[in-house]
Amino acid sequence: MTSALGSAPTGRDDRRARPTPTRAHRSRWARAAGIGWLYVLPALVMYAVFVLRPLVLTLQYSLYDWNGIGVARWVGLDNYLTVFTDSDLLKIIGNAIVLIVFFSFIPVALGLLVASMVRRITTGAFGTVVRTILFLPQVIPLVAAGIAWSWLLSSNGLVNQALRAVGLGGVARAWLGDFDTALPAVGVIGAWVLLGLCTILLVTGMSKIDPALYEAARLDGAGPVREFLAVTLPSLRQEIGVCLTVTIIAALASFDIVYISTSGGPGLQTTVPGLEIYRLAFSQRQVGLASALAVVLMLLVLACVLPIQRLSRGEKP
Amino acid sequence: MNLSRREQLTGRVFLIALIVVTLLPFVSMLSAALQPRGTVPSGLEWPSDPQWGNFADAFTAANMGALLRSSLLIVAGVVPVSVLIATMAGFGLGQLRVPGGRLVFGLFLLGLTLPFEAVVTPLYYQMQDLGLLNTRWAIILPLIGLYMPFAVFWMRAHFTNVPVELSEAARVDGSSTWQLFWRVQVPLARPAIASLTILMFLWTWNQFLLAIVLVDDSTKRTMAGALGAFQGQWGTDLVLLCAGSLLILTPTLIVFLIFQRQFIKALIQGSVKG
Repeated sequence: MTSALGSAPTGRDDRRARPTPTRAHRSRWARAAGIGWLYVLPALVMYAVFVLRPLVLTLQYSLYDWNGIGVARWVGLDNYLTVFTDSDLLKIIGNAIVLIVFFSFIPVALGLLVASMVRRITTGAFGTVVRTILFLPQVIPLVAAGIAWSWLLSSNGLVNQALRAVGLGGVARAWLGDFDTALPAVGVIGAWVLLGLCTILLVTGMSKIDPALYEAARLDGAGPVREFLAVTLPSLRQEIGVCLTVTIIAALASFDIVYISTSGGPGLQTTVPGLEIYRLAFSQRQVGLASALAVVLMLLVLACVLPIQRLSRGEKP
Repeated sequence: MNLSRREQLTGRVFLIALIVVTLLPFVSMLSAALQPRGTVPSGLEWPSDPQWGNFADAFTAANMGALLRSSLLIVAGVVPVSVLIATMAGFGLGQLRVPGGRLVFGLFLLGLTLPFEAVVTPLYYQMQDLGLLNTRWAIILPLIGLYMPFAVFWMRAHFTNVPVELSEAARVDGSSTWQLFWRVQVPLARPAIASLTILMFLWTWNQFLLAIVLVDDSTKRTMAGALGAFQGQWGTDLVLLCAGSLLILTPTLIVFLIFQRQFIKALIQGSVKG
């Protein structure tokens, strides 16, 4: 019975992979199923108690006006109305979307550029060193990245020192404290954190492309640009999808870097939804509004990530 | 690969530029950390008289001993349990294929993109009700739950690719499901389990949001949470802040350099599957 199914389960069609049980097998399968549930249960319980329950509570809180202590007052969708009409909150959501440019587009674009020139990182010592160093920002806490870059971008920091050295002292400033540059400066920190990861993922994907494709493109007289558009981009679709997914979530749900480097200032220039949820819930005691913003953030993440998943995986079976 | 010499050279130059950009923040912090206390350091300037003693000061100021202990306790509370129950669930969903498993799996997938900010407020009140606020349990228990979507997804992906014949054969030999799990499946799943362990360790060690919301006492937090408190306290003393931050990073860096290959493999696979 198992010969028909077991040869090469792909993991994708597990529904069909189960055999049609004979009577003798059926009772065994039924018992195994009962026991099987015992294996799933601990994970499911932890997930239900510490994720699903809070998630439902977030939904519930979002419909109330509650200061976290006293009696909650039902307000229906008023909190959502506030999220979508209050100019400060809209600006805060806008900030997160601006951060996508820095957290996602810049690392992916630069990563693609490097990947298309490097093609593959050798497996030798040089390659190991490159990979290890480029992964450093992934290993350290984001808080540390925030502290390091707060120092780099401060008035006496390395960035200004470099600018003065090349005679651009005029533009030197406290980048994270300046009204106009604070948000891009925070974006640069995120770009630094994610650039290495994107580069490695893209180069790894690159090394799986059949070199014959490039040879064919060259024989057809394709220049580097055509080659990039016709061979590299389509072949890397899945890797690009992964990079975009990871980095967009990092941008929209950003908290650590902003909290450490600017605390959301100056003004609301760098405040992001994650930080505002924290503030509303724990400093301003507006739990209802904080929860509504949390729900909106969650939906925003899904609205960005699901289409990317569909596009990057869709046509490949 | 037949790239021209010039192309290879530009590629190398780009890679090296990337490496320099990646390393500069660390070097700049080191140069600041070695300046004499009380001076105002500038971006990158090797001190004439490096003050290595600053690290000793930072070690005391940051209460490093207590921080290390706290982070280790939290990791010990989160990682083994998470890995074990996720492996069991992955086995149940991917190998035993329990009825209704697809529904449960879908429920787990729901949490895969969930920002922690979305549940942190109710978690606070939940921990308050349980009387666990300001204890390490307030970080440990929610983290186990929050890791389940990814961890179960990860382990299920492994177990669906293990031929069912293997389980069948073990059953014919008369072994129970429990024996099958421990003697046959877990040893086979070792690479997947190892990667998962590394990722869970890293994410726990670096967890910030839950630490600052649920635990006030920085000596009961994770490393990242403690680093946040350290910055709050010593933010104006740049020399000490840089020394302390580097110090707090050291354990992670050491572990990373030792298990560098496994880390990179786990991180690449982790992001591809996540």
